[in-house]
Amino acid sequence: MDLIVVGLSHKTAPVEIRERLAVPESRLGEALCRLRAYSGIQEGLLLSTCNRVEVYAVVERVEEGYARVQDYLADTHLSLSSEQLTPHLYCYTGDRAIGHLFRVASSLDSMIVGESQILGQLKEAFAVALTHKASGVILNKVVKKAISVAKRVRTETKIAEAAVSVSYAAVELAKKIFSNLSEQCVLLVGAGEMAKLAGQHLVNSGVRHVRITTRDPHSALALADRFNGVSVPFDEFRREMAASDIVLCSTGASQYLIRAEDVQRAVRQRMNRPIFLIDLSVPRNIDPAVKDIDNAFLFNIDDLEMRVEQNREERRREAVHAERMVEEEVGVIVQWLKSLEITPTIVALRKRAEEIKQIELEKVLGRLGHLSAHERGMIESLASAIVNKMLHGSLVTLKAESDSASGAMFVEAARRFFNLEDRLGAGECHGLTPERACEDDPAADALSAPPVPAASRPASPGDRKGAADG
Amino acid sequence: MSVMFMMATMVLYLTGTALFLGSLLRRSEAWSQVSLGVTAVGFVSHTIALAMRMMVAGHVPLTSFYEALSFFSWSLVVVFLWVEFRHRLHVLGAFILPIASLSLLSAAALPQENPALAPMLQTVWVHVTLSMLGAVGFAVAFVAGIMYLIQDGLLKSKRFNILYAKLPSLDFLDHLNQQSIVMGFPLLTLGIITGAISAQIAGGSYLSWNPEQAGALVTWMFYFIVLLGRITVGWRAKKAAYLTIIGFAGVVLTLIGVALKGHGSIA
Repeated sequence: MDLIVVGLSHKTAPVEIRERLAVPESRLGEALCRLRAYSGIQEGLLLSTCNRVEVYAVVERVEEGYARVQDYLADTHLSLSSEQLTPHLYCYTGDRAIGHLFRVASSLDSMIVGESQILGQLKEAFAVALTHKASGVILNKVVKKAISVAKRVRTETKIAEAAVSVSYAAVELAKKIFSNLSEQCVLLVGAGEMAKLAGQHLVNSGVRHVRITTRDPHSALALADRFNGVSVPFDEFRREMAASDIVLCSTGASQYLIRAEDVQRAVRQRMNRPIFLIDLSVPRNIDPAVKDIDNAFLFNIDDLEMRVEQNREERRREAVHAERMVEEEVGVIVQWLKSLEITPTIVALRKRAEEIKQIELEKVLGRLGHLSAHERGMIESLASAIVNKMLHGSLVTLKAESDSASGAMFVEAARRFFNLEDRLGAGECHGLTPERACEDDPAADALSAPPVPAASRPASPGDRKGAADG
Repeated sequence: MSVMFMMATMVLYLTGTALFLGSLLRRSEAWSQVSLGVTAVGFVSHTIALAMRMMVAGHVPLTSFYEALSFFSWSLVVVFLWVEFRHRLHVLGAFILPIASLSLLSAAALPQENPALAPMLQTVWVHVTLSMLGAVGFAVAFVAGIMYLIQDGLLKSKRFNILYAKLPSLDFLDHLNQQSIVMGFPLLTLGIITGAISAQIAGGSYLSWNPEQAGALVTWMFYFIVLLGRITVGWRAKKAAYLTIIGFAGVVLTLIGVALKGHGSIA
């Protein structure tokens, strides 16, 4: 059993291809059922957003799985052939597939690094997979982990903190001048797209009082309607400035609409309360000399662009931390997957039974005192017989199911029934239920885990990473 | 024992100061969290030291200049922890802790014995407590003023560095500045009145125009004008920041005057 991902994203495919593969949310369930109908696909999850279409699947054989999923994707749309599709697809398995999912969930693979929508979309896709019983032991675990990794990345790095659009950068600056935006009044001068967007962001961030002025009174009224604000006659807006805390200017005028003396007067009337002026227009509409007026803060489009660029840089820096986190967490999951393999489970199960047998034998033989060698032999073989007969059924079933679709489930069940967690997976699930254990820091666990016999320790790429991190 | 706790407090405050200042250079909040923890432990130790001293002396330990400065430092940390608790404003520590540490250090340089008070001077602690609490208000206003000027400068010059990210909004700082004066001013007023009464009991006249009293009255006048100016002609924002910085310099000078004159004891 292997986990694979086959898909395409904004990085590999143009929108003409992506739009044809995209599955609307309402039809996700149906699409999943179709996927499950392909042979060899044991579990499946379909992630479809405007930037990516990806199929995550648990398959019996990797190469065959890739081929099946590619067929499936090509079959989604009549006008698509596999020849057209294949060059855009990426196929990963094992730790690379898991790492990819984690990076996608954490928005490290997004067009705008750090955006938060993708996590919601992944959760929805997972919910659909759960409702249609398309996901099983492996996908459930891996996707849940991906969600928790994404949350960890969001809380432990600043990847999603800084504003990466000009209009949002304006809001961010406003928050460094005013502590409570809901008490502030914003004046929109002109109806430029950018000003509208920034106005919308400000309103979304709590600004309640919006005043709008445009040369054309009709568009001012329309905007006033949209923002639930008041329109102000254009030739009077300079007088209104004193009552506005934030002035957003974006018109097509070719000269300065707001002069330094207008701002100076406004600041005086405001009794030195700070005023925040944003000039989004090119050519500029606010006299740059305003920058020398105390308590007036003027930012033009270049200032905001610069801020956005700094923030992008900051996100990129944070993405490096996030990548490290993802790598760490992939190691944990890879080890868990390895522990689901049949042989180490059987070895561990035998070992556990043997241990219990030995402990009990020592106890009883100690209490019985002197026995003849024959009697001792009898008691020992009685114990062995009970243990072997008890285990026989479980071992046969485990072996028989190892290649079936529900193999992982049986292994997982055996591990939990016989409490084998501390014997498998080099200790990341030591003594805890797997769900809880894997929230823990693998490095710390690796230190606290008891020594594991070399035979039952899986040597996987994840293992090596885990060791390196520890 | 109380000396031991005081030493521990000093070490912890100095460590906290260093950590807080260091955290100004780092993007992550981890340092600030550690500094906050160190400061909190220091505060507990400080509280214990003050309580022990109070038990030994049998009254509120505010009769010597050493004790006054120690109390000033303690109250400053209380205000910091309170603002921190309410607004999660780690950066404030980098500005308040140095003052708290400095005042504790200068306290340590002064004689520590409790002066035997004449019975009629036993009420002097009321005057000291009130005056010191007033000074705490002005110290916080001073810190808010400095932070305001820094943030104002960063915004004006469009330098969006780590400090910019850590400092709160101008609005908040101006408000903190105003609130601190509004709290500090009536306390100073009461401090001066009780001081005059103590002086009357001790020396027979309310006002003898010694440098301490003159300094206190000038300070009082100054803050009165600052408050009045804010309400009437809009002395807020940058102007208020400058004025409160100057005002606090006056407070410090007055305190130094008291220290020199009183040579360690107040009355």
